[in-house]
Amino acid sequence: MAVLGPGSASLRFGSVLLIVLILCGSSWTRDVLTGRNDTRPEPNREHHDQDQDHAPNATKHKKAFPVLELNYDYVRMPFEISLWILLALLMKLGFHIIPRVSHIVPESCLLIFVGLLVGGAIKAIQEKAPVMDTKLFFLYLLPPIILDAGYFLPIRAFTENMGTILVFAVVGTLWNAFFIGGMMFAVCQIEAAAAAHVSLLSCLLFGSIISAVDPVAVLAVFEEIHINELLHILVFGESLLNDAVTVVLYHLFEEFSHAETVTVGDAFLGVVSFFVVSLGGILAGVIYGVLGAFTSRFTSHSRVIEPLFVFLYSYMAYLSAEVFHLSGIMSLIACGVVMRPYVEANISHKSYTTIKYFLKMWSSVSETLIFIFLGVSTVEGPHNWNWIFVIFTLIFALLSRVLGVVGLTFIINKFRIVKLTKKDQFIVAYGGLRGAIAFSLGYLIHEDGDSKNTRGMFLTAIITVIFFTVFVQGMTIRPLVELLAVKKKKESKPSINEEIHTQFLDHLLTGIEDVCGHYGHHHWKDKLNRFNKTYVKKWLIAGERSSEPQLISFYNKMEMKQAMMLVESGSAAKLPSVMAAADQNAEQQREPKPERMIPKISKTREAEIRRILRANLQNTRQRLRSYNRHDLFMDPFEDNMSEVRFRRQRVEMERRMSHYLTVPAKRQETPSVRKVWFEPEHKVYTYDENESARPSDSAALLDESNRSADGQSERQKPTRCLSDPGPNEDEEGSSFRSS
Amino acid sequence: MGSSRSSLSRVPDGQQLLQETGFSAAHLLRLHQRFQFLDKDSRGSLRSEDLEAALSENPIGVRIVGAFFQPGQETVDFPSFVRVLAHFRPTEKNRTRDGVQPDPADSRNRKLKFAFQLYDRDRDGKISRTELLQVLREMLGLQVTEEQLQSIAERAIQEADLDRDDAICFDEFRKSLEKVNIDHKMSVRFLE
Repeated sequence: MAVLGPGSASLRFGSVLLIVLILCGSSWTRDVLTGRNDTRPEPNREHHDQDQDHAPNATKHKKAFPVLELNYDYVRMPFEISLWILLALLMKLGFHIIPRVSHIVPESCLLIFVGLLVGGAIKAIQEKAPVMDTKLFFLYLLPPIILDAGYFLPIRAFTENMGTILVFAVVGTLWNAFFIGGMMFAVCQIEAAAAAHVSLLSCLLFGSIISAVDPVAVLAVFEEIHINELLHILVFGESLLNDAVTVVLYHLFEEFSHAETVTVGDAFLGVVSFFVVSLGGILAGVIYGVLGAFTSRFTSHSRVIEPLFVFLYSYMAYLSAEVFHLSGIMSLIACGVVMRPYVEANISHKSYTTIKYFLKMWSSVSETLIFIFLGVSTVEGPHNWNWIFVIFTLIFALLSRVLGVVGLTFIINKFRIVKLTKKDQFIVAYGGLRGAIAFSLGYLIHEDGDSKNTRGMFLTAIITVIFFTVFVQGMTIRPLVELLAVKKKKESKPSINEEIHTQFLDHLLTGIEDVCGHYGHHHWKDKLNRFNKTYVKKWLIAGERSSEPQLISFYNKMEMKQAMMLVESGSAAKLPSVMAAADQNAEQQREPKPERMIPKISKTREAEIRRILRANLQNTRQRLRSYNRHDLFMDPFEDNMSEVRFRRQRVEMERRMSHYLTVPAKRQETPSVRKVWFEPEHKVYTYDENESARPSDSAALLDESNRSADGQSERQKPTRCLSDPGPNEDEEGSSFRSS
Repeated sequence: MGSSRSSLSRVPDGQQLLQETGFSAAHLLRLHQRFQFLDKDSRGSLRSEDLEAALSENPIGVRIVGAFFQPGQETVDFPSFVRVLAHFRPTEKNRTRDGVQPDPADSRNRKLKFAFQLYDRDRDGKISRTELLQVLREMLGLQVTEEQLQSIAERAIQEADLDRDDAICFDEFRKSLEKVNIDHKMSVRFLE
């Protein structure tokens, strides 16, 4: 509690200050004014009244000019919002200062705990705490997180496991909802529960609220434990796709609970509505995604607003879906997924960086706020603690999850190539966390006039389940993962060999499937790729980048990365360019490796080199393999690089560079360089170390390359700078360094 | 399963293939049907033209077709056909045909060996630079320049070539793919 002590003390102080300011602000203003006045005393104003009514004859006073005024009302709303966000972020910072706690307890738990404290503090001074009302949550807090997740969704893993994910999301959630609803109805009939007034439909509504796995909670917990991609995408994908089911069930049961009878026709309409909601949501997302991609084709002259298009189109997709009660989450995901490959091919490197940073930032803030508000709302919300109801809800929630996962896996494994083992099933079941979405949906329930605080009872149960899953399951999942020796995420460097062979195998498998006459996964993927290449790319990608094969993009990207690494390391005075100016992509690229000792290079030279590199590269499409949202950087200097190859490369590069720099380069401002350093997720460069050391003929080269300039700043430039080879590298570098 | 067992007798070497490849009887029947479908002249064996017809759009189609034929042979009979396709059977950890637990490492190796042989047309045990260039040319077609191909091939060999013989042997090939889930990438779900 050591670090939370001062934190909550300052919080309390802050709230007290707030209250005082609110209460006394405007009257102080008037007091200051009237206090100075002594020329024409008014009989009515002998006493300085504390309430906020305007004095009736204040106009006759001559006011002295107020040097210092207090006008809190003016800034009240943004002030409070900013204060909340600031405090939330300070908490987040604080957790990472104490390493022990943050290793044991996931951040989400700590944030909820802080929220509880704050809620308690506010209640203690008898103020009304800001409650996470539904509109705030669904319209402002949730979209950034979902957009961040959707934009960086690992597509390959997702589509390969799409069937499994869909089964878990749809069938699993339905099973959960009906099982919990039904069992709770049975429980309510027990005498001791004193809840006999709760109807079946209300119970089903409750079941549908609590059945859905929550993406925010899953993200928050799973990304700290770094499990392998398959499990991560299964649980996470399920949490995203079950939104459609939740929306339909929720609205369905809410409608029905007001109606008297439910007919088969209604049930049928419910099924239809599920398809409408999910497919409609996806369609809305795709439309906006295509629009966004198309718009980005023309943004080459106003690069600064490019990121805004991405954000706005996505947000519009979400809102448009919400208008029609379609699934906003699926719409947002679809928009991000569709938009991304084309937008990335069109926008500038800086815009891409901006998009990524902003998405991470917003989603981080949102997540923090959600958890804190969850804590605050817990203290505040209408509660009705009903022992039996709550306990049984918890038991049935866990039970239905386990049964659902085990049962569905049994069926799914018949259709999977890579089967899900018992360990996998356990993690999937254990990772079914509930979160703020359930809470907000609970908040939305209309309270029937005469019922005995059913809503409160539901909310209490929901909160208990959320707390249990987030605290207990969230805290214990990491040691369990270790204990069960679940496969962790593999960190791999991008290898041209892997890329070549993977593509080769793709073609091979497609061919084999064709031979067998079997229209499998590869066949459709191949068809989609063909369609994409012939039609879609032409429309949505500007210029000649539309016809670049993926392998070339990948290769260019890798070469660029290493050239940039070499530039940054400043290992040679004369550095090779990545591509010759005249003949694009004609130059050979060797793999340069940075050394730990970084010789200096002059800044102007570096600027020139960067400009050359930027001007000559084609655009690349990046393949992401990632699943850790908050990791942005990797430090190449930490990797084990092979000395040998480095030296060999350097010789080559220097030779070419000396040739290159004597030839003036075209300085066109094509925004083609991008995503070089973008390690959206874990990619650690680990070259293998089996190479034998060669005698260094490049020691001489090292000396040559020593230049004066302020090598210090160069040396310390972290990889972050590399992600952004802009025209004013120095500013960029420093600004990134300080971030 | 009784009926399919009897119809299995129509399949040449049916029993033997069952044991050798690990396919189920139903799978074999279906593959036999497919074989007969491809075999337009009902000769009992396939020629390269028959297979190429199915693989017309595939950039490495010719290579795949070549993999079915033993060196020097012009036709493929059904057992060879099935044996080649057996490489793509999903490895099943629990299934035992004759009491022997299939070794996942072994099947992974077999799959990789098959893929390796697709690269290595001259069967000298190494993927030379020219062979790699050929593959790249097939995959990338006319969209890239010769220099780009050379660069990519050069880089690929540098990355993978550990013993510095300027070619990729099978072990190096395997090592470069160690992070890829071969079982998943090289398996086709054969429908019943």
